[in-house]
Amino acid sequence: MLTNVLNILWYIAATFLVAIFAIPFGLLTKGIDRKLAAHMQWRVGPPVWQPFWDVKKLFQKETIVPEEAISWLYNAAPILCLASTVVILLYIPLGPFPPILEGHGDVILILYLLTIPSLAMVAGGFASSSPFASVGAQREMVLMMSYEFPLAATIIALAWKISSLYPKEAAFSLTAFSVHPIWNIMGPFGIIGAVILLLVLLLVTTGEITKVPFDIAEAETEIAEGVFVEYSGRNLGLFYLADAVKTVVMSALIVAIFFPYNLSPILTPYISIPSWGWAIVDFLFFLLKLEIVIFFCMTFIRVSVARFRVDQVVKVYWGYLTLASLIALIFIALDVML
Amino acid sequence: MSEHAYSIPIGPLHPAIHEPITLKIDVEGEEIVGVDVFCSQVHRGIEWIGMNRNNPIQSIYLSERVCGICNICHPFCMVQAVEDASGIYPPERADYIRTIMAELERIHSHLLWAGVAAHEIGFDTVFHYTWALREKVMDLIEYLTGNRVTKAIMMIGGVRRDITEEGKKKIKEGMQYYLEKFAKIEDIYLNDPTIKMRTRDVGVLTKKDALKLCAVGPVARASGIPKDVRQDFPYGAYADYGVRAITPDIYNGEVHGDVFDRIIVRLLEVKQSVDIINWAVDNLPPGPILAEKNLVKLKMLLKKAEGEGIGRVEAPRGEDIHYVRLEKGKEPFLSWKIRAPTYNNVLPWIPMLLGGQIADVPIVAASTDPCMSCLNRVTVVDEKGKKYEITKEYMHELSVRKTRRLMRNAH
Repeated sequence: MLTNVLNILWYIAATFLVAIFAIPFGLLTKGIDRKLAAHMQWRVGPPVWQPFWDVKKLFQKETIVPEEAISWLYNAAPILCLASTVVILLYIPLGPFPPILEGHGDVILILYLLTIPSLAMVAGGFASSSPFASVGAQREMVLMMSYEFPLAATIIALAWKISSLYPKEAAFSLTAFSVHPIWNIMGPFGIIGAVILLLVLLLVTTGEITKVPFDIAEAETEIAEGVFVEYSGRNLGLFYLADAVKTVVMSALIVAIFFPYNLSPILTPYISIPSWGWAIVDFLFFLLKLEIVIFFCMTFIRVSVARFRVDQVVKVYWGYLTLASLIALIFIALDVML
Repeated sequence: MSEHAYSIPIGPLHPAIHEPITLKIDVEGEEIVGVDVFCSQVHRGIEWIGMNRNNPIQSIYLSERVCGICNICHPFCMVQAVEDASGIYPPERADYIRTIMAELERIHSHLLWAGVAAHEIGFDTVFHYTWALREKVMDLIEYLTGNRVTKAIMMIGGVRRDITEEGKKKIKEGMQYYLEKFAKIEDIYLNDPTIKMRTRDVGVLTKKDALKLCAVGPVARASGIPKDVRQDFPYGAYADYGVRAITPDIYNGEVHGDVFDRIIVRLLEVKQSVDIINWAVDNLPPGPILAEKNLVKLKMLLKKAEGEGIGRVEAPRGEDIHYVRLEKGKEPFLSWKIRAPTYNNVLPWIPMLLGGQIADVPIVAASTDPCMSCLNRVTVVDEKGKKYEITKEYMHELSVRKTRRLMRNAH
């Protein structure tokens, strides 16, 4: 009984800890992204801390609810979006620290949870009763349906490989991914398949965090920020935070699946520092990995292409990326069988 | 409008359209099934001031402010009309300097447009790059005229500033810079797969529609109509050069009439402008730059003049027409009518957009390079909340009345 209560208290405390880490780090990431993008576009760009000032300003501003809107849903959507995004982070290992809700859920659960922030955005968009928001919400749904298959295919292919080698492990748990890093267990065919899957997942991430070229749901020159068009003040600030956290979630997922390596096993023979010191080193290394992943799936892509149309987005995800993930699946199947 | 369709208002204020205009778009899902355009939200009464308050020389200042970007072609057009009416013709050197200025403006306008178009399809890197390139021509314009934007160089019967030997050298350097950078711009805009994806077969205007709706400028040329005032009715120094209208088939042998073709036409025109400027600088004839240096005397000459004149200029957006009527003893224009190119290029939006997607609206609208403050000549009436539409019959009656008044005044 007491342990149960303590467990619950620990979960609550840990959720706060995760939020306290993820929100500022997500905002900092946004700042770094803007700075890097600016330098790639012959600009100086805003200071790295700009997203923090943006959020501060948004929280000070008046929150306007349109007269025609369904106000409870309209106000609930941003909270739901932020909360569900933080929840996902409880299932993902953060560098040297195992997931807080370890053993309670696996990658399949994360796949489902990932749809909730998008659904919250869709609900908020429809609830705001603006034609632009409705178009944005429709586009968000289309986008969600489009990237779901390549995302699922990626994760299932890798889990299959792990389960074929270690039938006793819970193949879909992220711990299995971190115990058996996929690059170590793959044969030559598997490596090719895994590289393709990594690229697919990077592009899916771009869609998941709605950045150019897949930012059709927001597309400020077309539908004036789409789902967010009516949002202002605190509500918009919450969506902004949710976006920042989602960036961390997606990159942490990629890192957990593809790059679960830590520095400590490699460096321990050469340098001796206490174990808490290694935890800090590994955590900082984890943050570096996150930034690198974000650079490729967000900054680099968004400065190098134009925004796609809705039909083109669907074509890219359902056509090219699905095809790519199926080819990768065949490579991994060859690897499993040979 | 079917029952599945709902209507989306684009404008009067919308991030895609940088000036006030309203597009009412009926959509079924993402597909556009109906388009209606509502203009007239930035009427400023420029013609009225020219006809009631200013003398013709002051009106040059006004006509420069018809549009922020076409601030050579509007005064160029106006002074041509006044020269036509009064018979004060500019010396040859002034004609060449005007041509150089007009072509510099075309370079900066087309580069500005290309950047905006890239921004509309979400390609911000190209937008920043193109605008960075544009700085060179802006600096050149500032060096030659003293101003970056409103150049204040036109004068009735000539130009106000001469181009020195050093200025010639600077122009040559600037043009060399653009010739070097042109390959890169061409590569970005015409070979990038994502730009092609967003613009090929989007916003198609057939040759038939373009003729029917009187499209002008790059929009008409991209639909395969070799129509260019510089070619058809040369003014300034263009007759000496022999401009050829640029149609997309020059580049790749085919005409689609889509947004991509409009990009091709504008990029090739930048190159053409560079050639024209180089030629004009090499062949700049000696001589005075003004027909009448004394402004007071010029004003008196204009006061005495009587008659009507028409100026036609190929602005970066298309044909610009100014009609001017002068009366003896009256300082302001008796009549001044501006027909800006956007006026013709707004109606083609409807066939371009029908059947497209919402995502195409910004780039298609931008592809005609619209300029709303040029376009606006009529205000829709909203009198103390009492809103009424002006019907065609009423407009006709008004124009008949105005014609009668003009005829009465003329005699």
